[in-house]
Amino acid sequence: MSTSETITGKRLMRLRVNGEPHEVAGHVTHSLLEVLREEMALTGTKHGCELGECGTCTVLVDGEPVYSCLMLAVEAEGREITTVEGLALQGRPHPLQRAFSDLGAAQCGYCIPGILLAAKALLDKQPNPARADIEEALSGNLCRCTGYTKIIEAVEQAVREVQVQEGTRA
Amino acid sequence: MLRLPDFTYIRPRTLAEAAGVLQELGAEAMAVAGGTDVYPKMKRGQFTPRYLVSLSRVEEHRGIRREEARGLWIGAGETLTAVAGHATVRREFPALAAAAGLVSTLQLRNAGTIGGNLFVDTRCNYYDQSFFWRQAVGFCLKKDGDICLVAPKSRVCLAICSSDTAPVLSSLGAEAVLVSARGNRRVPLETLYRDDGIDYLAKRPDELLQGVWIPESSFGWRNVYLKLRRRGSFDFPVLGVAAALRLGAAGACEAVRIVLTAVASAPKVVEDAPRVLCGKPVDAAAIEEAAELAMRVSHPLDNADMDYWYRKRMTRVYVTRALRQLAEVGATTAGPDAAPV
Repeated sequence: MSTSETITGKRLMRLRVNGEPHEVAGHVTHSLLEVLREEMALTGTKHGCELGECGTCTVLVDGEPVYSCLMLAVEAEGREITTVEGLALQGRPHPLQRAFSDLGAAQCGYCIPGILLAAKALLDKQPNPARADIEEALSGNLCRCTGYTKIIEAVEQAVREVQVQEGTRA
Repeated sequence: MLRLPDFTYIRPRTLAEAAGVLQELGAEAMAVAGGTDVYPKMKRGQFTPRYLVSLSRVEEHRGIRREEARGLWIGAGETLTAVAGHATVRREFPALAAAAGLVSTLQLRNAGTIGGNLFVDTRCNYYDQSFFWRQAVGFCLKKDGDICLVAPKSRVCLAICSSDTAPVLSSLGAEAVLVSARGNRRVPLETLYRDDGIDYLAKRPDELLQGVWIPESSFGWRNVYLKLRRRGSFDFPVLGVAAALRLGAAGACEAVRIVLTAVASAPKVVEDAPRVLCGKPVDAAAIEEAAELAMRVSHPLDNADMDYWYRKRMTRVYVTRALRQLAEVGATTAGPDAAPV
């Protein structure tokens, strides 16, 4: 007996986004990017090339950065999705967001949501990354304004801030 | 928003079932694993399947494991990140870890699979463009047209093999396990490639790759992969050199395999390399000779990034570097070199 599942048109998708379960009617041909932005109004995730060549649509799926333009929303069901809207902790900006803001690491800002998430995935795994690790972790995100220097400095500042916070807590 | 055209999505649970669906639906169906090659190409109208057969719920093409006397099994559904980070792969086959880890970007490698990279569509400057671009310039042989825009007299498509992992696994003598409704077969991976940009795989469309075996006999070979491209991430190779070498106790070369990528529609084996390298220690003169032979069989065309003559000359440079690295011959010896790009 066939156990294949056939999906056409719209269906009710159960997506877990930023720690909360959502039920949303999405089209099977729609990418996670389209469903996040158009069905869930989570427009923090930006659309750029939509071909996997720029990185601005980066979200975390089960903690790993992926291009939401290249993942079907139906494939994200049952997985933990984090978008830039889910970065703030108890209403306060994430240390990465604060560092980007303090250092003026965003110019036009369009690539920043994706970069914040790629940087978060790095910091969650590697609390004390070297500059080369940061460059590698962000090498799937293009920024056409900054030249990257300020972005990398902001990630380094966030690393220091997290270390100070954790030192205070301990 | 650049959207996907309409399709019916089918998610089987086993490879046999997926192969059965592909056989039943024929040319209108296409298999998809990570989707990082399929979805962009559907958005640009290069792939136009009515049915997508997803392998995301299939378990039997996963897993990376060492089996004594059999070798290393790598499931086709494993992500490139998983392959690049696997401890045995990194220790025994650094060339494969490097090749998998150099594909595009981290985000793409987290979704894209090794099977997808092995069978990645051939590429060409005249094909990998938006529908509107191709319509404006005129369609080509590979999709919707009847002329090759790279070489108008060519009757075959000249799109290039753009896999990083295929040359490496070929150099390591890997064998592919294919599953279809008619049964399974196990064949040397390199026999699955054809030097034809359109019909570039010597497998039936309803055959699915379950995984590859790197045979036990390839353990202990020194191996390396070097990739040429403009940027340090995102870009496909415009030249890739995979080299594997077995040295005997006295330091003499017992066996060697050099396989190039992005210089033809299939991975290109440098057939004459063993003749000039085997049976003696690998010295600068032998390396120079092998690199010269590799350059002679390297035929890049004007259909990818960077000048074709430069990519041809860089074949010699990269083969030299690869062999020097494997044989631990210092870079101060005679031979061509060039600044890194």
